[in-house]
Amino acid sequence: MKPVAPKPMPRRFHQARWDEPVIFELSKLGQRGVLLPPVGAAIEREAGNPARALPDAVRRTIPPALPEMSQIHVLRHYARLSQENLGVDLNIDVGQGTCTMKYSPKVNDQLARTPKLTELHPLQDESTAQGILEVMYRLEGMLKEISGMDRVTLQPGAGSSAIYANVCMIRAYHASRGQDKQRDEIITTIFSHPSNAAAAKVAGYKVITLYPDEDGYPDLEALKRAVSDRTAALLITNPEDTGIFNPRIEEFVRVVHAAGGLCSYDQANANGILGITRAREAGFDASHFNLHKTFSTPHGCGGPAAGASCVTGTLVPFLPVPTVEFDGLKYYLDYKRPQSIGKVRPFYGVAPNILRAYAWIMSLGADGLREAAEVAVLNNNYLMKKVLAIRGLSAPYAKGKRRIEQVRYSWEQLTRETGVHSEEIETRAADFGMHYWTSHHPYVVPEPMTLEPTESYSKSDLDEYAAMLKQISEEAYTDPQVIKTAPHNSTVHQTHHEPFDNPDEWAVTWRAYLRKTGQKEG
Amino acid sequence: MGLKGSDGLEVQQRARQLGAEPLAQHRTAEALERLCALPIELLTPPAEMGEAVARRCGLDPRLIPTSSLPAESPGFTTADDTRRAAQAMRVAGVDLILFAGGDGTARDIYDAIGSDYPVLGIPAGVKIHSAVFGLTPRRTGELAAEFLRGRHTRLHEAEVLDLDEAAYREDQIVTRLYGYLKIPYRREYVQNQKVPTPAGETVQAQAIAAEVVERMRPDRAYLLGPGTTTRAVTERLGLPTTLVGVDIITRNKVLSMDVGERQILEMLEKRPLGMIVTPTGGQGFLFGRGSQPLSPEVIRRVGPDDILVISPTSKIAALRGQPLRVDSGDPEVDRLLSGYIEVITGYREKVIYRVSA
Repeated sequence: MKPVAPKPMPRRFHQARWDEPVIFELSKLGQRGVLLPPVGAAIEREAGNPARALPDAVRRTIPPALPEMSQIHVLRHYARLSQENLGVDLNIDVGQGTCTMKYSPKVNDQLARTPKLTELHPLQDESTAQGILEVMYRLEGMLKEISGMDRVTLQPGAGSSAIYANVCMIRAYHASRGQDKQRDEIITTIFSHPSNAAAAKVAGYKVITLYPDEDGYPDLEALKRAVSDRTAALLITNPEDTGIFNPRIEEFVRVVHAAGGLCSYDQANANGILGITRAREAGFDASHFNLHKTFSTPHGCGGPAAGASCVTGTLVPFLPVPTVEFDGLKYYLDYKRPQSIGKVRPFYGVAPNILRAYAWIMSLGADGLREAAEVAVLNNNYLMKKVLAIRGLSAPYAKGKRRIEQVRYSWEQLTRETGVHSEEIETRAADFGMHYWTSHHPYVVPEPMTLEPTESYSKSDLDEYAAMLKQISEEAYTDPQVIKTAPHNSTVHQTHHEPFDNPDEWAVTWRAYLRKTGQKEG
Repeated sequence: MGLKGSDGLEVQQRARQLGAEPLAQHRTAEALERLCALPIELLTPPAEMGEAVARRCGLDPRLIPTSSLPAESPGFTTADDTRRAAQAMRVAGVDLILFAGGDGTARDIYDAIGSDYPVLGIPAGVKIHSAVFGLTPRRTGELAAEFLRGRHTRLHEAEVLDLDEAAYREDQIVTRLYGYLKIPYRREYVQNQKVPTPAGETVQAQAIAAEVVERMRPDRAYLLGPGTTTRAVTERLGLPTTLVGVDIITRNKVLSMDVGERQILEMLEKRPLGMIVTPTGGQGFLFGRGSQPLSPEVIRRVGPDDILVISPTSKIAALRGQPLRVDSGDPEVDRLLSGYIEVITGYREKVIYRVSA
């Protein structure tokens, strides 16, 4: 028998396309997934009807309009939808810059599914929840060491939520000194995550955004012009989404401190610096981590994620309540914190993700974290070397210098020479089962593409990804129509974006859809 | 051809003599090819102004009469003919006016029909600095087709520029905002690729306007510079405005519209004026040679502290790290304005940005 030829590259990918309706459209009156047996007479005598014990305020008078379906149909529906996705479990997900799409170990999912965790109630007696409290306490300790800060809270539900918690603590700090009215401005940079500006605005601050200088670094002279006695804080990501580390970060902090402001470090891009440099040494007063970026917990499609806020002694009094404490014998929750900003989320944090992050760090140890960072940097620079050999692609700023864990590229030359845009290349990538993220808006780098390999992908994974980009670049120069009419192998084909301008043409919930189209519920 | 610009009949005649066939015919044909298959009705002026190339593409147009061409120059069209044709098409109620040419033709169209009628330019001139043209003739045809099919209907006010011919012949680009034309907008198809969606643009302008209005003192009068971003301020105040001219307003009323330098200086004798400006002209200039009536003297009298600069973030991003430029014509005034300035980019949002001469 002749051996079968190896699979060709690029992969002959084709995504599933089920054209599946919205689940409410699959509902059939009277269908059920589970038929409950009637309550036995003896049990009813003993237990009564617990539903009658519920307060009237939470008792429905009208049943919820849930879809009525059998088990097999529910299973099939969601399994089909899951085939119409791309994610770390399915594809070489190095294209999602700044999100740090690394492998979420499935063994940690198993740990998180133990009834010892899933059956816990946040309000049950602390003496019966020592295990999870110990995990939280120890994870806080690890993050203290990684950041160099004095205390950590795991209460925030995500990165943006942790930034917001930091801003609220900073606001409380200035209020404690009678300066909160006077200090109503927060400074950030255009390459920091937009959640920094957004959190500042939600907290009531005016936002000053600094643009990079010609070399791509945040403009220090602009910062000096921006600070004043109205400055409450600097919120800055470092390295920024360009993957360039700001060599003058300490000077930035000094300038803001000199003006009486505090500094909060967005560590969304921590994956390349674990064990190498810390927020503390750069002089920051607060920092935050995204457990779902750096520490492997699942991204969860927008939630639930988990965030960690880390602070120096200056901000410790303002931490959200309760904090997790240990008195040498037992773990407990401390609510006696009169200067606390209160709660930033119900209860104490996203427990299953706290557990996953803890397990991940424990499995690696300090040496392993450092190694993860080094491999992430190595992978990124290897991929950069490969893709910069592709026609039409460049990496603006810091010419000739290495990047940390991600790179913002530009297809500007290719666009100029072929008329093909980055967003069109991105769409064509779906035909190979891959994807990338361009950039936040506005596009300061024209025709952008931001790649972050992380430590999870192998050399052959990176080679396959680079080969895909090379293929599309060649298509742009020889047969651009195949790109302009892409995707060809995906779940959907080209869509129109104009309807999104008009609220009369979209709805984000089924209920809203019924309302806007004048239909009745149920 | 070695000649720059073709305004004026004389220059056109010279070009002919030197053997150049008008580019417009070729380019228009390229664009019209993308429309051939559509069930549309084509209205066009006779002969060289449109009918000839339409027939060559296999289309059967309805003719719009225009004034007769100058008898001594058969085969040439003037700005007057262009204006009349555009007006006739507007009266006829066409869905889209498609024209071929350069900045000069764009200005003629603007003079004829203003800013509120859908237009699109096929790039076929030497000078294409205005933002009203498709990227290429073919793309222009494609965008027109999409628009007429009802598939891409976003409209966007795009700048029509006046290029200083004398400076241009000396290799300097000095532009002045001349007007605005409303074009179908799809980023990959048009010359100006830096606009976010028109809906996003509108929202940003409204946010900027909210901030500006909050900062306006009740007793103060302000010079309002040209542009769509500054127009959002007057819209918020419920006041009329000139899009291309400079107006003087207070929070409650318009004091004077489309003023010249002399009127401004006279007003400054009587009361202090603030200034609200946005960069226009697509070259990254805050104040350029074409910024009259906001002359160096006006800028000096108002003073940099009373100049409020506003801009959507897309314009800042488009500078690519280069500073905003000032070239008022007076180095002293340029020096006054150089350094770092605040640019209002939204409600309670600003940017600190470099300005240099």
